[in-house]
Amino acid sequence: MRTFAKDAFRGERPWGDTVCDPWFSVHPQITNADMNQELVTNGASKSKRNSKKPEYSRFTQQELPAWKPILTPGWVITSFLAIALLFIPIGLVSLFASMRVVEIVYRYDQDCVPETYRDNVTSYIQNPLTNKTCIKNVTVPKNMEAPIFVYYQLDNFYQNHRRYVKSRSDKQLRNAGDEFSTKGCEPEAKSKAGPIVPCGLIAWSLFNDTYNLLIQDKVLDINKKGIAWKSDTKDKFGSDVYPRNFQAGSLIGGGKLNESVPLSEQEDLIVWMRTAALPTFRKLYGKISSDLKAQDMITVVLENNYNTYSFGGQKKLVLSTTSWIGGKNEFLGIAYLTVGGICLFMALNFILLYIFKPRPLGDPSYLSWNRNTSRQ
Amino acid sequence: MQLDNNLVPDNVRLIYIDDPQRTNEEYEFTGNEITTSKYTVINFLPKNLFIQFHRVAYIYFLVIAALNQLPPLAVFGRTVSLFPLLFVLTVTAIKDGYEDWRRHRSDRNENNKESLVLQSSKFQSKRWKDIRVGEVVKIRVDETIPCDMVLLATSDPSGVAYIQTMNLDGESNLKTRYARQETSLMSFEGGLTSGVIRCEQPNRNIYEFTANMELNAHKVSLSQSNIILRGCQVKNTEWVVGVVVYAGQETKAMLNSAVSPSKRSRLEQAMNKETIWLSVFLFVLCLVVAIGMCLWLMRHQMQIDTLPYYRKSYLIKGKFPGKPYKYYGIPMETFFAFLSSVIVFQIMIPISLYITMELVRLGQSYFMIEDKHMYDSSTNSRFQCRSLNINEDLGQIRYVFSDKTGTLTENKMEFRRATVFGKHYRNSSMVDGSTKDTETAEPTKPAPLPTKGRKLKSDITVDPHLMRLLHKGLDGSEKISAHEFFLTLAACNTVIPIPSQSTHQGSMGTEIHEDLEAIDYQGESPDEEALVAAACAYGYILFERTSGHIAVDVNGEKLRLDVLGLHEFDSVRKRMSVVIRFPNNDVKVLVKGADTSMLSILSEDPENDDLSLVTQRHLNEYSSEGLRTLVLAARDLKGEELEEWQSMYEDASTSLADRSSKLRQTASLVESNLRLLGATGIEDKLQEGVPETIESLRQAGIKVWVLTGDKQETAISIALSCKLLTADMHQIIVNGTSESECKMLLSEAKAKYGVKCGGFRTQSFKLKKGAESDFVEVLAESKLTNLPPEDDGNRELTMGGPLALIIDGNSLVYILERDLESELFDLATSCRVVLCCRVAPLQKAGIVDLIKSRTDDMTLAIGDGANDVSMIQMADVGVGLCGQEGRQAVMASDFAMGQFRFLKRLLLVHGHWNYQRMGYLVLYNFYRNAVFVFMLFWYILCAAFSTTSALTDWSSVFYSVIYTSVPTIVVGIMDKDLSHKTLLQYPKLYEAGHRQEGYNSYLFWIMMADTIWQSLVLFCVPRFAFKESTIDIWSMGSLWTVAVVILVNIHLAMDIQRWVLYTHISIWGSVAMTYACVVVLDSIPVFPNYGTIYELAKQPTYWFSILLIIVVALLPRFTIKAMHRIFRPSDIQIAREAEILRKRRFFYGSRVFWRSTS
Repeated sequence: MRTFAKDAFRGERPWGDTVCDPWFSVHPQITNADMNQELVTNGASKSKRNSKKPEYSRFTQQELPAWKPILTPGWVITSFLAIALLFIPIGLVSLFASMRVVEIVYRYDQDCVPETYRDNVTSYIQNPLTNKTCIKNVTVPKNMEAPIFVYYQLDNFYQNHRRYVKSRSDKQLRNAGDEFSTKGCEPEAKSKAGPIVPCGLIAWSLFNDTYNLLIQDKVLDINKKGIAWKSDTKDKFGSDVYPRNFQAGSLIGGGKLNESVPLSEQEDLIVWMRTAALPTFRKLYGKISSDLKAQDMITVVLENNYNTYSFGGQKKLVLSTTSWIGGKNEFLGIAYLTVGGICLFMALNFILLYIFKPRPLGDPSYLSWNRNTSRQ
Repeated sequence: MQLDNNLVPDNVRLIYIDDPQRTNEEYEFTGNEITTSKYTVINFLPKNLFIQFHRVAYIYFLVIAALNQLPPLAVFGRTVSLFPLLFVLTVTAIKDGYEDWRRHRSDRNENNKESLVLQSSKFQSKRWKDIRVGEVVKIRVDETIPCDMVLLATSDPSGVAYIQTMNLDGESNLKTRYARQETSLMSFEGGLTSGVIRCEQPNRNIYEFTANMELNAHKVSLSQSNIILRGCQVKNTEWVVGVVVYAGQETKAMLNSAVSPSKRSRLEQAMNKETIWLSVFLFVLCLVVAIGMCLWLMRHQMQIDTLPYYRKSYLIKGKFPGKPYKYYGIPMETFFAFLSSVIVFQIMIPISLYITMELVRLGQSYFMIEDKHMYDSSTNSRFQCRSLNINEDLGQIRYVFSDKTGTLTENKMEFRRATVFGKHYRNSSMVDGSTKDTETAEPTKPAPLPTKGRKLKSDITVDPHLMRLLHKGLDGSEKISAHEFFLTLAACNTVIPIPSQSTHQGSMGTEIHEDLEAIDYQGESPDEEALVAAACAYGYILFERTSGHIAVDVNGEKLRLDVLGLHEFDSVRKRMSVVIRFPNNDVKVLVKGADTSMLSILSEDPENDDLSLVTQRHLNEYSSEGLRTLVLAARDLKGEELEEWQSMYEDASTSLADRSSKLRQTASLVESNLRLLGATGIEDKLQEGVPETIESLRQAGIKVWVLTGDKQETAISIALSCKLLTADMHQIIVNGTSESECKMLLSEAKAKYGVKCGGFRTQSFKLKKGAESDFVEVLAESKLTNLPPEDDGNRELTMGGPLALIIDGNSLVYILERDLESELFDLATSCRVVLCCRVAPLQKAGIVDLIKSRTDDMTLAIGDGANDVSMIQMADVGVGLCGQEGRQAVMASDFAMGQFRFLKRLLLVHGHWNYQRMGYLVLYNFYRNAVFVFMLFWYILCAAFSTTSALTDWSSVFYSVIYTSVPTIVVGIMDKDLSHKTLLQYPKLYEAGHRQEGYNSYLFWIMMADTIWQSLVLFCVPRFAFKESTIDIWSMGSLWTVAVVILVNIHLAMDIQRWVLYTHISIWGSVAMTYACVVVLDSIPVFPNYGTIYELAKQPTYWFSILLIIVVALLPRFTIKAMHRIFRPSDIQIAREAEILRKRRFFYGSRVFWRSTS
């Protein structure tokens, strides 16, 4: 509803929707007449007290000291050159480091199935009575210096699957008193005899192939101590938690655990339970503390127990030396070199660009309104 | 319809004076307790939650959190998923609770005030909340009135009371209210009072009140002048007594407290479009995951029961042999995959953005309020942000609709010119040397005031000729006219003289009167005050006014004039008149009014005709000088005519219904056949800096339209003086009196100036032309303030010179109500200036709506008076000036300030900053969330489409709340592309906002492409760097968390224009904070990610990966940015370079800084 009322000599005056909110009428307005009167009578002191003039500060006036970078050609070229100068050396160094790493990768999942079972691999691997031992030979291509790390590598095994990653109980692993907290471990939470320790799909599917290495019929020691992270063995897996009811179901997922060894010493389990990020992953099996010479023939005696056949996964044995950058991976080196190269190229391009097509900085003739007039 | 004849009981309120029992017997009227608070302690929680969930954003949060509680969808842990919702709800609830607590407190203060109420025949103190309708209340001087009351008596025997209505409408002048003579002498203590008041039901119109009072079988009419309203204060009156008619929530003050409708910014509307696109992205991502899941399940259908990482069923020997575990068949699993990916990707829709924007706007408002350049010392008012939603709209304004009076001009009236009996006199001020006519070179000394001890506060210089005429003893029509002229000035008004005892010293050469009694005039309009002050200067001093008489001191001789009747000003008649009985029993009608309404009712004798011709010539002169003119006339009223008028007036003023039209009829009886006395010209001074501001706004590509209630000549002259109109402009004047005439005028103008139909084409043509030619301004060291004539490039227009459209209110009636709107629009948009005169408030809104509905351009309305309220509310941005005319405009506005010239700074500086900041903020927030979501998406493709997140639950939640939120807010509040000096110097930079350079769909899509690239880099570098390695999922997640936070922060850092300390702290602090959080989260043994960061940080590959990610991800962006600077530099960039390099040169002296040469 809009109503009108009188107003002297200024057309009609509608009564708008005025706010009489207590918030807004706190400071009644002082008109000039009043103000001037007050100023005259009471002097400057009163005006100072009543004044709502904002106090000056560099903060409120948005004038704080500031660094105002502009993307000058100098900056552009310098940045490109700096990146190039930083990246090319890093690329070279890491590429060399990676190339020095010697790696033996041997895929055995196909070879270790006897001819007779080739058509029915599942029945072979699931039958506990079949002989799983498999003896193969690999040649060392180059000299390998200790320490040599022994890994197993699984392909197409989605350890990062949501159902799998969540299927564990960290409470139960840590504390002997919490053996009943098996939340999230279904369907491997409880057996008829009680709660499963360690529960969950991750533990249930523990990798259980074993490797023994012989070099010239001499046993090559694989040290299986210290393969897990210190933090895991110390705090995460309890030293008073012992496996119970583990792998007691009809469907055996993988390895069994020695019920007299506490979880904190079951390093294979600890390594396995650090679920991998990607479907192709390696896990540390052990370390060899002696050097290997080129052309050495290593005999691998392995127990091929773990079932990857049902989902088409691959199993590989990996022996690898290490460098400061880690294992053999040339990606970083190549990427750094490429990026460094591109930056060098860009820097040269920009230098040429500024030589042949310079735009003076802050030149007003490039302003849109000036550009248009000049074209006219 | 007479109220008392056909009484409709529903529409009448019966009040028995001093008898609240009987008054409230039939129907309990609302008590006087007020509540503005929303909540009580008990209902706070449910009600606040209910109100909060009205926002779509919160419902989205809630739905996501609820979905996560379903067992098959539990992506995050239970507490984690509720965290964002709880966080936001708690923060808002605390804010609401605090505000409501303050409201409670102010309510309590208000309700517990005390007033004197007649209780058992004595005035006793009573709390406000206990006052009831029908009670008699006594209020003493300077007290606030507790409820709406009808005045019964005052300390003044004539029944006058003065009140100040500042709390109600902001007008600081005193208003008179009258107690009826019949009650004014009653004594109340003693319980003899009785009477019935019949009044209308409560309504919100504070300028109307219709009621009557039955007192001892007499019927007395009551009107607006008999009521005093809650919130007003009693001034200059020792006490008043009144009877309560409306109380509490039913008082007019409370009924008028409504919040102005909230507006949404244009950027936010545009943003919503892109939000829909983001929803499409979200939908597609989820669909891909769902379909992938479906295909994967179908392919592995035979294996999933035994698959070590899926295992759909329980052990055969276990608790539930063979029962499927969390497996519901492929269609359901697909559906669940879809839903759970919605949960994982939820931040794709940047809900937190809305909260961030509110915080940023709050910060921006703070800086606008604190800007010392927008503080007005004359009214002691800071800039006010009353609306927190539309800061960034200030950067895109295309049309400014301005009121004239009080906005462009100061609304401080000064009496400048008079024409009396055909002779022209002028009051040239000593200060204002700009008056052109100097032929009467006589120094105009202020004449000594022949007053006895009375003096006006302001000094008005008088014209000695006129002064001499007044003192000439001779009789004659000229002298009589002059006498009546000033009598009219002194008497025909509603101004209240307030004697004040201040020892004001005489000045400007006059001798010092020690015993001066200064008179302060309080009028409803500044024009009236100016006129009365002028009369005073010429010796006609109004010093007393009551409801029945006025007293004027004429050159020392005191005249008591009985006021028989007063016809107040109304917008139909456009004049006011008083009927006055002189001591010698002569009765005269004194009239003043607008020239158009006066000249037609003058008597038609030849002498008067000559006079009116001369006077009209003078009037035209005055108008062209920009003065406001009024015509004064008078006539004698005798015998029958007087009686006829008296009876009609009596009847009209006591009638309840239709009073105003009856009064109008009565007025027309006496307002005829008048003798012209003369006319006045009042100067309305321009505000400081108005021409410069208009010039800057125009250079900025903003069209300024002036909408005024003044008449055409005045409007044009003001427009000329504030450089809105220039001499070279072609004025198209549309003054139609019928529809066909308007149509003809419009089409003629269009044909003549070659305006084409189709507003948009014409407009863009015009704009382009404007950009090309209007301003040959060069951004050089020498500042060009005075631009070369602006018509250079407009030569192409058929007639040459830019166009100005001047249109009046009458024509607008025909045009806006008929189908001529589009014609007007075409014409108006091709004109540089549009001036609308004589427009009513609703027409102002109509014109704003014309532009708003037909273009996408942003409109801003600025005004100071109540008549601008509709326009202010209609426009996209409403700006109110805290001026002379009260606070309605301020109350309805989004922003309020003290001076028109602040508009330049508000738009060009703050508008520009706010727009640039907010545009970037929105884009950046979209990017920040999308890059995170895409990164998660790529990983899910590597995890057999199961919605795994490598990041820990807490990191996912903290990402947009803690890790990356602070820098955006700091940058949104504090970043500045250009200094205010540069922005003010080159107003054309404002056009960046018009071109939507800060935010548009093109930028959005570029940004999305960049986002996808960056997310791919984020995903792929670790993917390949840790290919066939022992990396575990938490290490990978930790790497990604840190990498994405560093990446988005460096991305932001690349775009920051101004690095202050706070920016450094927030950006590098965020990165540090993220690391700290990661370390803390990895130090809690019960989390599966325990110890991750410690192992990870030992590997060089980790650090190299992060470095590689940052560089590779930002390389395309950096290159494109650098290229853009070379080939297509934006205006802002160039201005910025110029600004910074100039400053550096200044610092380094003549030594040329090396960068500037390259």
